[in-house]
Amino acid sequence: MSSSAIAEILKNFQRNRSEALIPVLQEVQEADGYISELAVRQISEYLGIPSSKIYGVATFYNQFRFSPRGKFHIQVCFGTACHIMGSSTVLEVIERLLKIKDGQCSKDGLFSLEVGTCTGGCGQAPVIVVNGVFYGKVTEERIKQIIAEMQDEAI
Amino acid sequence: MSISKELVKLILQKDKSVADNTIAQQIAVLRRESITKPVITVGSGTCGMIAGANETFKAIEEYITDRGIEAQLQKVGCIGICSMEPVVEIHIPGKTRLFLKNLTEEKVNDALDDAFHHIVPAEHTLMQIENGNLSAWPNVPNYNNVPFFALQNRIVLKNCGLINPYDIDQYLALGGYKAFIKTIRNYTALQICDLVEESGLRGRSGGGYTTGKKWKTALFEQSEQKYLICNAEESDPGAFMDRAIIEGDPHRVIEGMAIAAYAIGATKAFVYIRSEYTVAIQTLDTAIKQAKAAGLLGQDIQGSGFNFDISIRKGPGAFVCGEETALISSIEGDRGMPETKPPFPAKQGLFNKPTVVNNVETLANIAEIINRGPSWFSAIGTEKSKGTKIFAISGKIHHTSLVEVAMGTSFRQIIFDIAGGIKDDKHFKAMLLGGPVGFCLSEKDLDLHVDFDILRNHGLGVGSGGLIILDENNCIIDTLKYYMDFMQYQSCGKCIPCREGIKRLFEILTRITHKPLNSEDNSTLERIKGIIQLEEIAQVMKATSLCGLGQSVVNPILSALERFKHEFEEHLYERKCQAWICKQLRTFTIDVDACTGCSLCARKCPTSAIIGSKRMPYFIIEEKCIGCGYCIDACKFDAVFVK
Repeated sequence: MSSSAIAEILKNFQRNRSEALIPVLQEVQEADGYISELAVRQISEYLGIPSSKIYGVATFYNQFRFSPRGKFHIQVCFGTACHIMGSSTVLEVIERLLKIKDGQCSKDGLFSLEVGTCTGGCGQAPVIVVNGVFYGKVTEERIKQIIAEMQDEAI
Repeated sequence: MSISKELVKLILQKDKSVADNTIAQQIAVLRRESITKPVITVGSGTCGMIAGANETFKAIEEYITDRGIEAQLQKVGCIGICSMEPVVEIHIPGKTRLFLKNLTEEKVNDALDDAFHHIVPAEHTLMQIENGNLSAWPNVPNYNNVPFFALQNRIVLKNCGLINPYDIDQYLALGGYKAFIKTIRNYTALQICDLVEESGLRGRSGGGYTTGKKWKTALFEQSEQKYLICNAEESDPGAFMDRAIIEGDPHRVIEGMAIAAYAIGATKAFVYIRSEYTVAIQTLDTAIKQAKAAGLLGQDIQGSGFNFDISIRKGPGAFVCGEETALISSIEGDRGMPETKPPFPAKQGLFNKPTVVNNVETLANIAEIINRGPSWFSAIGTEKSKGTKIFAISGKIHHTSLVEVAMGTSFRQIIFDIAGGIKDDKHFKAMLLGGPVGFCLSEKDLDLHVDFDILRNHGLGVGSGGLIILDENNCIIDTLKYYMDFMQYQSCGKCIPCREGIKRLFEILTRITHKPLNSEDNSTLERIKGIIQLEEIAQVMKATSLCGLGQSVVNPILSALERFKHEFEEHLYERKCQAWICKQLRTFTIDVDACTGCSLCARKCPTSAIIGSKRMPYFIIEEKCIGCGYCIDACKFDAVFVK
């Protein structure tokens, strides 16, 4: 993301207001998929908060990422209901199929994997979310199918 | 065209008759008393969406366009039975409202063909809402006769799944915002606080503090600026009632917030909602905009001089932010770390101004209390716990659902009579009440009643409202381990008992779900020592942690130790997990007859626990086996099995 694009986001917020930090970070991540070093520096300058503090706040929360995401970002819900219904097996299957671990991105930049917190879809557990689209009651076969669909789409 | 302004005017008018005929007709449609063209709704809450509601919606859209049927198609919130999603309602002029369950995309055409020919799609029948003037569907149970609904007392969830959450007009036509307008026109702030205190409403997030009292503390504080915060963080993984309320009936929450703000003298409010709840955020955002357009939010509301505005803050994900002081720090742009109390937020909260933090469910009760009066509310429930409580039931349960029951209902009624009992005819083993900071209860506790004080006397609590059911195929130790694993990353790290304690508890639980690694180090001793220390560490954490998180994160362990001691012992001494969940305790054997001696398993085994020579049956050395299961996956002849 270019610095002018970041400036465009910052324009909607008042200068030197520390309470704007989290909404700013959320908007930057939404646009770019992650928070780059450039973004941290620029936000720091605009809001008048040291970059160390920004990093401190951002790492505290689950939502923020500091490395780019894959084209398909897979989140495995690890809420209690999903755990009871077997989300660890779901994670294992995905890790085995894509050969990446939680928090990693595949070499071709196609897939990234993340263990997420509860999505609130407990009724349809276990749940995975791919680029914001929810898949409920997933089984090994269904996961294979979803991943194959995405691989086809990428070609 | 929105008629919200006309509807608001109608509330203000003494004479309730509507002069304009077209508006009167529109109101009848909104109330679903007399419709001119069919109305079809699709339950599109998060649960519904995951079950395929969007696809169903598209299929219905295609169906009606292809056939040139003029019908209103709407997305609504969740009616409460997640296991029967997608739920579709078909309302044909002259007939009662018919609800269909499990209507996935491929079933749409047949079901709609039937319905439009006045035939009941029997396979999908859920219920109908009978209404004297409309002709009923034959052999379809009425709303009141379906046990799932009949045994509930739906006050907060009254409209969920039945009204269009994206349409303020429908909420208004059904009597919405009447309580708010009554409040700002007829009552002083203190009178509202008194009314709410008299009703006996207590905070629904678990603590059970009297709402009216909290409001009064903030009201009596002198300050040029006060804040109201609606806590929709709902950090308990496995609870989803706040999400469902906002998705299904957002205006009820907004109206509750507006009344609460008036009662404490706040002009600015925040809704702090988890960023994962994308559908709820979108619904709420639309609802706030509609309320502003209708003149129900903003400056000088309806000429009363009361100014009030609501902003949404997306919680970036931290369990601890459900705690009010941590939540406040998070809105201020800091790490969400709890502060010591006092000073309580009601005296010194957001930006050091008096702030009231209320839960979504609490606020959703307010409008109904003002409309029907405090004595109506206090007649529901038990002596000291008034009103209703919503539970989000999931796990191994027949109907994964959202259930609102009067206080005083027993857990047995909730689980077996309303939610239909355990899935697949298995046995009830345990229930997790209130998530990672709640309690692990056994069969003996099923007859306890939902009541703040009764549960407190038993050393328990109502908690958030998450209720997760375990059957015999679930392992208690594994579930506790899962909670500790989750919570060790959720502790903010400020106080030592919580930060270090959770890690140690997790380590101890991990050790007892593993076999001792080898006899040379002290792992056998560590396992036994750990279990002795488990309770002691938990008690220290309970007594010395700074905030509610550290104090109550040990609740599941302490309550499980009391109820499922045998399971701890079995894992520890017999190194056995009855439910076969704890993989590292499994032991494998090779079937001598089936083994061809291909040696694949021996090559895959990470600990060289499999020995033998080629073309002869192989053998597993139990002491070396770590239960990873690689051999079972590797074997092409199904010769490896769990002993």
